[in-house]
Amino acid sequence: MYTCADLKKGLKLMIDGEPHVIVAFDFTKPGKGQALYKCKLRNMITGSLFDRTYRSGESFDPAALEDRDMQFLYRDESGYVFMDNKSYEQVTLDEETLGDDHYFLKDNMDVKILLFNGRGIGITLPNFVTLRITQADPWVKGDTAAGNNKPATTESGYTLAVPSFVETGDLIQIDTRTGDYVTRVKE
Amino acid sequence: MEPNWQLARKRHKLNERARIVQTIRAFFVDRSYLEVETPHRIPGNAPEGYIDAVPAGDWFLHTSPELCMKRLLAAGYERLFQICRCWRAGERGSRHLPEYTMLEWYRAGVDYTALMTECEALLAALVPAGELTCGGATIDLTPPWERLTVAEAFTRHGSLSLEDALAAGRFDELIAFEIEPRLGLTRPTFLTEYPASLAALARKKPGNPGVAERFELYIAGVELANAFSELTDPVEQRQRFEREEAQRRTAGKAPYPTPEKFLRELATMPDAAGIALGVDRLVTLLTGAESIDEVVAFTPEEL
Repeated sequence: MYTCADLKKGLKLMIDGEPHVIVAFDFTKPGKGQALYKCKLRNMITGSLFDRTYRSGESFDPAALEDRDMQFLYRDESGYVFMDNKSYEQVTLDEETLGDDHYFLKDNMDVKILLFNGRGIGITLPNFVTLRITQADPWVKGDTAAGNNKPATTESGYTLAVPSFVETGDLIQIDTRTGDYVTRVKE
Repeated sequence: MEPNWQLARKRHKLNERARIVQTIRAFFVDRSYLEVETPHRIPGNAPEGYIDAVPAGDWFLHTSPELCMKRLLAAGYERLFQICRCWRAGERGSRHLPEYTMLEWYRAGVDYTALMTECEALLAALVPAGELTCGGATIDLTPPWERLTVAEAFTRHGSLSLEDALAAGRFDELIAFEIEPRLGLTRPTFLTEYPASLAALARKKPGNPGVAERFELYIAGVELANAFSELTDPVEQRQRFEREEAQRRTAGKAPYPTPEKFLRELATMPDAAGIALGVDRLVTLLTGAESIDEVVAFTPEEL
């Protein structure tokens, strides 16, 4: 059982017999008043989104899901194909289910695939992936401030903010949980 | 190893934050307020139904410097301010940090209306241009700001009247989701005259005991400050603490010790008004940040 204190973005709950994930979460509390936990929930089967507010004292069932270790094989017209490392069973996830995560998939990458009644409904990536920058504005000479940033695009087509010293061709590490730049990687 | 880039890019906001805090300090020093520091670790906080303290050894981290500052008032200090860290367990959201910075100031011999005027003056010192741009809208800071009673706010913005919301136990929900987002959008709003049942440490309004002399300040839909004409009657204060403790027990929460020294000295406290203002929220607003996370060097998740 989860309580309100466990609620956070990414938590998976069973609501009316179907798994739901919290896609946006905010805690709010009017002055001297009670805590209100505002959740935007996505039905992991139908994809439908809705808002719900909880207050302390409520409890929740974890979603009955199975997490299985798999490997990313390839992409075809049906979607992204993964294989169970032990049973060789294959599961296909479409781009909509993957969301932004598809930008971080590399061939033969080990991931966890989330199954509900045998159907792949989600993915957990490694926390960090390394991708090559294919487009970034040139470094302006004299700009040495560590906090300055500029947009860049990776080999997978993902765009993000990077420090000004990152250049086209560099390898960078990205935190897949936030989608943010972490560091440059030496080859 | 590269420097921590997420931290490095906060430099501009942290510079602005430092300037804001320095301006606040200068504002109160100019007005002959005494800056004080009271202990962060105390035997017990003022019991409040919905505020949970973080235990520290046998004692607690303070949820506000309120009790110690009022003991100073009771000892004859007439104008006091403090900028300090406060801790509230379980509070984390886009406008909440479990450890945050509070500005509190207290003034003897005045009621809460004097603090409204002082809020107007403080913002004038912080924003000499007299207007703020928030999410594309301009907020006019020219005093006097709007004064709106809680009952009027429910009539104007709520789906239920104040009376019906209280009866249905939906006061907080309506305040948070229907009323707050509509307050202080074109100029700041003081939400005033809270129901006496939500008074905490505030004095009931002379001649209208159904409401307390309490206000909250809203700018751009954000609650920035909470103020009272202080209750100086130790008997009534003890009853309120007991009521809050009973509510905490019903909710299955650990009991807090009654602050006996505070209650004893409250008998000698002069009429006074006090206010707590969230500094992180103020900096968020003044720097055009989107979340409280942007204006602190470290959030708990980054530690």
